[in-house]
Amino acid sequence: MDKKRKAMIEINDLYKGFHNKPVLEGVNLAIQKGETVVIIGRSGCGKSVLLKHIIGLLKPDKGQLLIDGEDITAYPKDKLNQLRQRFGMLFQGAALFDSMTVAENVGLGLSEHTEMTEGQIREIAAEKLKMVGLVGVEDLKPAELSGGMKKRVGLARAIAMNPEFILYDEPTTGLDPIMADAINDLVINLRNTLKITSIAVTHDMASAYKIADRIAMLYKGKIIFAGTPEETKNSDNPVVQQFIQGRSQGPIPTLE
Amino acid sequence: MAILIKNLLINLPSALTHVSLVTEQMLIMGVNSLPLVVFTSIFTGGVSAVQAAYQFSDYIPMRYLGTAVGKAVVIELGPVLTALVVVGRVCASITAELGTMKVTEQIDAMETLALDPVKYLVVPRFVAGFVMLPVLVLFSDFVAILGGLAVSVFFLGISSYTFLNGLKMFFHLSDVFGGLLKAFVFGSIIAIVGCYQGFRTEGGAEGVGRSTTRAVVLASVLVLISDYIIASLLFG
Repeated sequence: MDKKRKAMIEINDLYKGFHNKPVLEGVNLAIQKGETVVIIGRSGCGKSVLLKHIIGLLKPDKGQLLIDGEDITAYPKDKLNQLRQRFGMLFQGAALFDSMTVAENVGLGLSEHTEMTEGQIREIAAEKLKMVGLVGVEDLKPAELSGGMKKRVGLARAIAMNPEFILYDEPTTGLDPIMADAINDLVINLRNTLKITSIAVTHDMASAYKIADRIAMLYKGKIIFAGTPEETKNSDNPVVQQFIQGRSQGPIPTLE
Repeated sequence: MAILIKNLLINLPSALTHVSLVTEQMLIMGVNSLPLVVFTSIFTGGVSAVQAAYQFSDYIPMRYLGTAVGKAVVIELGPVLTALVVVGRVCASITAELGTMKVTEQIDAMETLALDPVKYLVVPRFVAGFVMLPVLVLFSDFVAILGGLAVSVFFLGISSYTFLNGLKMFFHLSDVFGGLLKAFVFGSIIAIVGCYQGFRTEGGAEGVGRSTTRAVVLASVLVLISDYIIASLLFG
């Protein structure tokens, strides 16, 4: 990694707990411009919590979160909202607004933050939907879509404002293997065509190997390993090995 | 809840730029509640006539029946019963809707799009509650008095002339305004409690059920308490 290049996102010693139960206990991670980092870890280990800190949905108990060198943890609301316009986020359950049509979902950010006319917004919505492989679904309601289609609409919504960063919360969970791979291709495609910096959290190793430039493992509230997919496979850390091989026996307890 | 109210007041002007969201909520809260409000009001007026006639017995002349029904309906029964009907119908649905949005991360999603959920979800519901509850109360007052009149004429043997004369005798416009003032307060309570409980929902479908119950209980209690406070300030 080029040492001179500044990390776009830098997480320094981040702590967060809920109801006196610690979840993040000193997370350190730096993410460079244009790279795709996949954070792996067991369900409930705090991956989504970490992701939500990066976009300011959660505030840490302690620690820093630098974006372009600025600590965003103390940002007031309006500054945070400006920052969020540079981000897109795909939620685990897609989190589409079910009172709106697909096109309205995708165009919502544009209609609020730009001066575009309804026609222009609809055009962009159709274009983004086409990028994720959906045509002619603009007027459907989220309830009429399958799980995979919902995720893709969620992705179209996340890229509608041409973000610099995309956060993916379990992009492939709950999808059939073919649809999961289609989503993986989309993630790669977005990185290559739009040069987007991506952070994904997942426990789907097939997806992690395919999309990641680097894989980081979150375990017991800390990043215990970070490296390329190749380095991950060859890691001599027993925790990493147990996780990536999906074994029930090893240093990670199955009961907590 | 104080933070929610503060954010609500700061964002109140956004109602002017999101007129369609406000009118949509007005339709849901006001127009769609009207049939139920009319139905309950007919019986409210009827029962207040029957009850007043029984309490008058032989001590108070029946020409005051219209006065009693009118005062009871306009000051107390119209606003409070309408508010309680709307609590059951609207406050519950606000909490269930926003609570579901919360647990399915739709509210988080809104924030990641740099949209303020208060502006988008709370302000339209608050404005709709604040404006539409008084409108519903006016309908309720009118229909309840008609209900009282009908019962008096058909079942209590009092002529409509006597009833309406009694109604007019001590009729003060300030009573109607007092009732409407209550309605403004009740409408605000319903919207704020509904949104607040929706936003603090946690834990899936069970959590949505729990906060909906909590919203209905809290809103009903607050309606009754604030009713007492306003009544003692205005009429005490």
